[in-house]
Amino acid sequence: MELFVTTLTIFVLAIFVGFEVITKVPPTLHTPLMSGSNAISGITLVGAVLSAGTQHTTLTTVLGFLAVVFATINVVGGFLVTHRMLEMFRRK
Amino acid sequence: MPAAIVNLAYLLASVLFIFALKGMSHPRTAVRGNLLGAAGMLLAVVVTVLDRRIVSFEIIVAGLVAGSAIGAVLALKIHMTAMPQMVALLNGFGGAASALVAGAALVEALHMGAAMDMQFKVSTALSGLIGGVTFLGSLVAFGKLQELITGAAVVFPGRHVLNAVVAAANVALCAAVVIRPEELLFYWALLAASCVLGVLATIGIGGADMPVVISLLNSYSGLAACATGFVLQNNMLIIAGSLVGASGIILTQIMCKAMNRSLANVLFGGFGAQAVAKGDDVYKGKVKAASAEEIAMVLANARRVAIVPGYGMAVSQAQHAVRALQQLLEQRGAEVFFAIHPVAGRMPGHMNVLLAEADVPYEALKEMDEANPLFPQTDVSIVIGANDVVNPLARTDPKSPIAGMPILDVDRSRTVVVIKRSLSPGFAGIPNPLFAADNTLMFFSDGQKAVNDIIQAVKEI
Repeated sequence: MELFVTTLTIFVLAIFVGFEVITKVPPTLHTPLMSGSNAISGITLVGAVLSAGTQHTTLTTVLGFLAVVFATINVVGGFLVTHRMLEMFRRK
Repeated sequence: MPAAIVNLAYLLASVLFIFALKGMSHPRTAVRGNLLGAAGMLLAVVVTVLDRRIVSFEIIVAGLVAGSAIGAVLALKIHMTAMPQMVALLNGFGGAASALVAGAALVEALHMGAAMDMQFKVSTALSGLIGGVTFLGSLVAFGKLQELITGAAVVFPGRHVLNAVVAAANVALCAAVVIRPEELLFYWALLAASCVLGVLATIGIGGADMPVVISLLNSYSGLAACATGFVLQNNMLIIAGSLVGASGIILTQIMCKAMNRSLANVLFGGFGAQAVAKGDDVYKGKVKAASAEEIAMVLANARRVAIVPGYGMAVSQAQHAVRALQQLLEQRGAEVFFAIHPVAGRMPGHMNVLLAEADVPYEALKEMDEANPLFPQTDVSIVIGANDVVNPLARTDPKSPIAGMPILDVDRSRTVVVIKRSLSPGFAGIPNPLFAADNTLMFFSDGQKAVNDIIQAVKEI
């Protein structure tokens, strides 16, 4: 229970940080914000790597592998497409 | 690697993610921000791969290579006009990954005979639920945007009852997972049920409401990662997931406000499925069709020109032509600005990205609140492919479906030029009196062709 409260604390504080940071993003950058934040949500890749690599059972390995593929598409595709867009905003 | 070092690396990655989003506050710092985010991700993955619990690398490497290849091809090949579909698809993959990771964690815990506490059980159920809804919901949104399935709101009798039944089934299965986690079947059934819920939740939403849906799914993909963080007791997942969740919620709010509709109305209202009203009495005998030459004559003397893009600009790929027109008018001494409604296009910021692709400097892009005071002192406003967001009925008719929606007040400029294929109504299904106004010239044509014709005509003056 104590551990849960600590985790919950981090969760709530992170939401506040998110609100503070995101409200400062101008509407012009809302599309790259979505694709970029989307790439960050691919952080679940970390969990996927653990499931795929620890190989407890065949089932966890298969689930882990699929999760690694999905999350990597999310991460690589997200950061790359965001970069492509932001480069267009930067050049004059 | 000792756990403390791993956790410190995760903390550093979390900080980099915050810097990544902070960088998005200005186009100048955004590129660096995005790179910092990517660096954070790389750090997190490398540290995880070095974890001593990992016994084999083949599967991981295979997954990373396959995912990177698919992701890179998608990111490099996609047209800027197709960005909403791309983001929808990526959201879905993120959600699916979270649901699978939670499932793997559950299987692993059962295999190891580990004790499962309440946090583990509840968050596993939530990962499955949110992940499944995000996955199939995003695929439906993708299908609509890619026009693989109808973009209109699909409504059928009894859909609210069906939605309620499926939602109740999901809640029941969540409870089953929490009470009897050793029955794996419950988790798989939950995944299936949440996928069905994802379909039902998005199928009834029309194309022009997609900005809200994508924002919401964006938020869900973050919350799914967050729930997985609770499953794995991993603070970095929780921090990163909450940041994304917050971002999606804020964008959802902005979009709803820009349409003066509640989130519930967008999700359950079936907006965009109703019969289309005939506009004969509004338009009859009052619509003035103009040629490119006539419009060029008006533009020749204009000192300030506004360009108001909508989804039609994306459809006809007119952004480069529009940029050329802007440059031409500026060379002739006019001041040109772009007025962008928050829900123009199919996702937040859609128009801005297209115009940036065509090299329009971001200083020329004005938000609604900046643009509206400028219209009364604007000589010509060129509306290209926008309809409901410039419909003055939103201000004047309290019974209209768009009553109270903030609009761009183009009707207050001296002359309005509307480039449109026909008088067909927009998403709201209502006629637009702007098209029949005394100061409006209609140019019936494809957007890109129309702008090129106008450019040609202006050059010939």
